[in-house]
Amino acid sequence: MDRGGGSTLDIAPEGAAAARDRNDPRTDDRRPAPASGRSSGQAPSAAIELREDLRRHLPGVEPERRLSDWGRSERIEGLVDRTLTDFLYHHWFRCEVDGVENVPAAGGALLVANHSGALPPDAAMIAKAIREEHPHPRPLNITVEHFFREYPGFSMLLPKLGCVAAHPANVQRLLYDEESLVLLFPEGRQATRKLFRDRYRLRRFGRGEFAASALRAGAPIVPVCVVGAEEAAPIFAHLGLLKRLTGLKYLPLTPTFPHLGPLGAAAYLPAKFRIRFLEPVRVDGGGDDRTAVQTVAEEVRARIQETLFQMVGERDSVWL
Amino acid sequence: MSSRRVLVTGLSTYWGGRLAEALEASEEVEAIIGVDSRDPTRELERTEFVRVGTQHSLLRRIVEAAEIDTVVDTRLIIDSVWASPGRAHENNVIGTMNVLAACGGPDSTVRKLVFKSSAHYYGCARDDPAFFTEDMERPHPPRTSLERDIVEAEAAVADFAEKSPDVSVSILRFANVLGPDVRTSHRALFGLPAVPVVLGFDPRYQFVHEDDVVGALRHVVHADLPGVFNVGADGVLALSEVVALLGKRSAPVLPPWGTGLAAATLRRVGIDLSPEMLGQLRYGRGLDNRLLKATGFAYRYTTRETVLKLAEQLRLAPILRGAGEPYRYEREVEEFLRRSPHVNRNRGRRREGANGRAAPVAGYEDLEASELGTLLGSLEPDDLTALREHERATGARVDVLAAIDAALAAR
Repeated sequence: MDRGGGSTLDIAPEGAAAARDRNDPRTDDRRPAPASGRSSGQAPSAAIELREDLRRHLPGVEPERRLSDWGRSERIEGLVDRTLTDFLYHHWFRCEVDGVENVPAAGGALLVANHSGALPPDAAMIAKAIREEHPHPRPLNITVEHFFREYPGFSMLLPKLGCVAAHPANVQRLLYDEESLVLLFPEGRQATRKLFRDRYRLRRFGRGEFAASALRAGAPIVPVCVVGAEEAAPIFAHLGLLKRLTGLKYLPLTPTFPHLGPLGAAAYLPAKFRIRFLEPVRVDGGGDDRTAVQTVAEEVRARIQETLFQMVGERDSVWL
Repeated sequence: MSSRRVLVTGLSTYWGGRLAEALEASEEVEAIIGVDSRDPTRELERTEFVRVGTQHSLLRRIVEAAEIDTVVDTRLIIDSVWASPGRAHENNVIGTMNVLAACGGPDSTVRKLVFKSSAHYYGCARDDPAFFTEDMERPHPPRTSLERDIVEAEAAVADFAEKSPDVSVSILRFANVLGPDVRTSHRALFGLPAVPVVLGFDPRYQFVHEDDVVGALRHVVHADLPGVFNVGADGVLALSEVVALLGKRSAPVLPPWGTGLAAATLRRVGIDLSPEMLGQLRYGRGLDNRLLKATGFAYRYTTRETVLKLAEQLRLAPILRGAGEPYRYEREVEEFLRRSPHVNRNRGRRREGANGRAAPVAGYEDLEASELGTLLGSLEPDDLTALREHERATGARVDVLAAIDAALAAR
């Protein structure tokens, strides 16, 4: 009765067959990858089909664990949320939120916001706004420049609070595979170097990589405008000499930093925050179409800039 | 193509031995030949061992004479603690080229090559994605000699794949391996009373259980899966989580600046931290393991369960120490067992049940009760009846009998 094949369990026949079809092109066809990001050598339809298949194979959640695979800790996040973020949101910045219903209640969505100030508090306030005001609050993944991973302490703490490195593959996995909310600041590091006199003037939106990510994942883009952050943490100048002496990458002069010590970097002026979520921009088509990418990127940028000017024009006081 | 005649290079490495052992259990593999320059470290039943290094002319003669159709290369050194850079280079780059030379050529019988590689291919850097997929390359060129060797070896294999379109080439990139049996430098690290970490960093770690490593190799040998596959268990843990699961404490003895210097000091007191490990202790690494799962491979352990298994073993280690004689290869004995007409080759076959009765379904004895579901679903009613008889005669596990009855009723 011995059936001979010792591996009945190893190979689910349909899975193996699918894999064979998919792997028909040789090994090397799957790796013409650029230094970062997904392979772009495949036909888009095949790539999407492949990923569709892979979504089912995401690792399950182990209830015993207190951290996610990204390193996010609900416990630490909750702790910070109940104390510091809560205080800043309600009492210090007195956030006023508008249009939070534009954030989809399900599925992946890319939130794109303007960015400013030294050690910017805007990301935390946007996340808090969704948690507080949204009918179906969802965790927000905040993309941060890679260089935080180099800094001791930050490298440990930021992932626990829901920050991930702004790698296109990370954004893709979060948006498409895990269907979660991702917050992205397309101005990137440029924005945190912006001086006070340039406030509310958007910098270049990178190379439109954010729009390509959204297009690739087929996720809507929700433009977000934040007014108040520029005044909360203004930068008057950059300390070039000191920067060279210490070897640090980023050393701004703010009302409290560096003369009040490292904590001064996180001392914000009590400007009033106004956060407005705009109507989502629906996108479709692949991320390889440069024209579509640039069109979407430009549209999103224009809407944020326009709304920012409008919001700044409408406010009576910076502080109240 | 199903592999029938397999050559395992690096038979005396842990993985070569484990794989040969696993292949011996499957009937469709009719010949297993292992080569290495050292004696085998595991007791094998029908694997033929030939003591030869990676001289390609000798390998080639073996391949031709034995009509090998599948070559599994398990030689790669992936831990710079265990070998000097020179030896590692010799083994990883030159050795790989020799093995490839032995497999290639227009008249070669080899139809499949499985190459055991490592996630060190991706390195560890600040600009890494959180999950490497197989089509990604490392953001920066390799900095350590071991990583350079691995990248170079893989490039040679990829080149071979391109030039030999009729050979199915699979590359498996394994995450860090842990398990009760295997000795890795991470296991040594976690065996310390307190785990040294870099101050201010909590890297993400993904492991794979030793049994899953063997399982993945076997899976690729049996199925036909050309391409590159990451192998890492489900779940990426923070190092703090790993340390907590092990019931240990972490010791932030490595400063964020001058880590290499501190590591050199630790080396003096016998704590060996390889440059690759220092990278992992700082930035960590995660793999996207879904491609292999999509081919039908199922992991037995998640990363968390792997760490828990290790924790169990570490607690038992002081008690089990010295128990059991390690296996020593004696050529004459092995020759006798394989060649002598007086040896009854049907004695004590692994496949047989507790009462000496063969299970009606191959591989049945190796399974836990909880893993039978898939198997039962795939059987014919006749086999189910036979299996039921067998189970009643041997283990008579109540839940298994009930499961078989349920499967029978469903027909």
